[in-house]
Amino acid sequence: MLAVEILGLEKIYTTGFWRNKPKVGLKSLHLEIPQGEVFGFLGPNGAGKTTTLKLLMGLISPTAGTARILNQPWRDLAVRARIGFLPEQPYFYDHLTPSELLDYYGTLSGVSGADRRLRIPKLLERVGLAEQERTQLRKFSKGMLQRVGIAQAVLHEPEVVFFDEPMSGLDPVGRREVRDFIQSLNREGKTVFFSTHILADAEALCHRVAVLNKGELRGVSVVADLVSRNRSRFEVVWQGASAIPAMQAFGETHVAGEVARMVVSESQLQAALGTLKSQSAKLISVNPVGGSLEEYFLQKLGEPVEATR
Amino acid sequence: MISRIRAIAFNTFREAVRDRVLYNLVFFALLLVATAPLLGEISIGVQRVLLINLSLSAISIFGIVISIFVGISLVSKEIEKRTLYPVLSRPVGRGEFILGKYCGLLGTLLVNTAAMTVGFYIALMLMTRDFTHSDANILIAVYFLFLEFVVIIGLSLLFSSFSSPLLSALFALSMFVAGTFAADLRAFAAMAHGPEGWLARAASYVIPNLASLNVITRVSHDQSIPAALVGYNTLYTALYATATISGAVLIFSRRDLK
Repeated sequence: MLAVEILGLEKIYTTGFWRNKPKVGLKSLHLEIPQGEVFGFLGPNGAGKTTTLKLLMGLISPTAGTARILNQPWRDLAVRARIGFLPEQPYFYDHLTPSELLDYYGTLSGVSGADRRLRIPKLLERVGLAEQERTQLRKFSKGMLQRVGIAQAVLHEPEVVFFDEPMSGLDPVGRREVRDFIQSLNREGKTVFFSTHILADAEALCHRVAVLNKGELRGVSVVADLVSRNRSRFEVVWQGASAIPAMQAFGETHVAGEVARMVVSESQLQAALGTLKSQSAKLISVNPVGGSLEEYFLQKLGEPVEATR
Repeated sequence: MISRIRAIAFNTFREAVRDRVLYNLVFFALLLVATAPLLGEISIGVQRVLLINLSLSAISIFGIVISIFVGISLVSKEIEKRTLYPVLSRPVGRGEFILGKYCGLLGTLLVNTAAMTVGFYIALMLMTRDFTHSDANILIAVYFLFLEFVVIIGLSLLFSSFSSPLLSALFALSMFVAGTFAADLRAFAAMAHGPEGWLARAASYVIPNLASLNVITRVSHDQSIPAALVGYNTLYTALYATATISGAVLIFSRRDLK
């Protein structure tokens, strides 16, 4: 079954007080996300990621198009009990403590009192806020608010979770924890749809990614395919200027002082390493070239394509 | 649906309490204490009239200020701070949200007005050392003041559903001032002819009839309040509040949350 089915959602904002000027927020978007997938929604700032999520959450109305979530109309209130949402840079009622906030949201999502009493302490423990259970949110840091945001998004055990820039503003440890959390959600069978402009996060977490730019879908791809495609290139770094003339047969060499580096294909790797050995150069490192998703991302930003399913 | 509205109302009440909205009760108490020496200088009959006028006017002013300034921020603050997003992404209708916020502020004002009324009666007892039937009559004036708050909160919510907080405050305040002169407007509408007459009649229907909700002078002079007026004001307030809240829900339901 499809978790999310976007059927031509489109948003055109009107700006200006007297003469309204149309501004495209999202061009007709078609997208299908099966259940159990971690789906990354990539794009630079202003690409239309948040607009898409706001449309799916019913916070703004589309100019055209429709969507289905878990095989139900997306604006159906019943479907909202089965989804979770973390807004970008979340801000919550700062007069409440995390427990009170989660109790409030739990009530709104239809979670029974007994379940709320059971789940809230466990969830606060899971997101590392058990000790701050009775501290008002006005005293929380940005990272702590993000944890509260994640907790409120999954409190009612939704089947599909939407995260808008979940790692934004977090330190490396916080990012690692959110990554682990998303992976654990996926292991529990939940579908995760998250927007980000941090490509390393998308590469580490997603089954598939979509690239969006200027409100237009530029492409959808399976991350594993992109990674395996690019793992066929390696960066070789060595010390020893004497090997440079011989190594230039494999490609362009970049030299910085005593250290030189170059990128070779998988078929050239063994020959290049043999050349370094024969020239008595000191091998420093051989690494597969990362940034496969980055290349795909940059390529897609440059070329407009038809809406892709 | 009821449990969701109740949860939103309780959260609104809790927010008002924790944001120290009820601190105005302290000012009310200070006002009563501060006027005590003044009242001691005049005769007992005039003292009573003065205390009733002063206390009920204070209840009215504090309540109106809270109704307008908290009322206009009920929705706009949630939009501005984006606290609304995690609420409306749940199975919560926009109408339920508006109704919950309205009931929450109404609850706050109920507690506020009740506490001030208790304070007023204690001051009255201390001064007159007696409790008469006409003293109980004052409760009707307090009830009418509360009805006034019901109307003003509805208007504040309505204005804030489509305009900025500043404009909403301005509109709500204008309606309050115009509403206190509703009786004059109606008298003018009855006399005027032509376009002015039509305009005045239309305005007299739109502007809330707050004049009929103000019986402070009457109760302070021991004049009785007819039961028919209590019934009329209750019905009028219910209809007016329903109209304003329905308008707010209608506008807010179509609004994009930027």
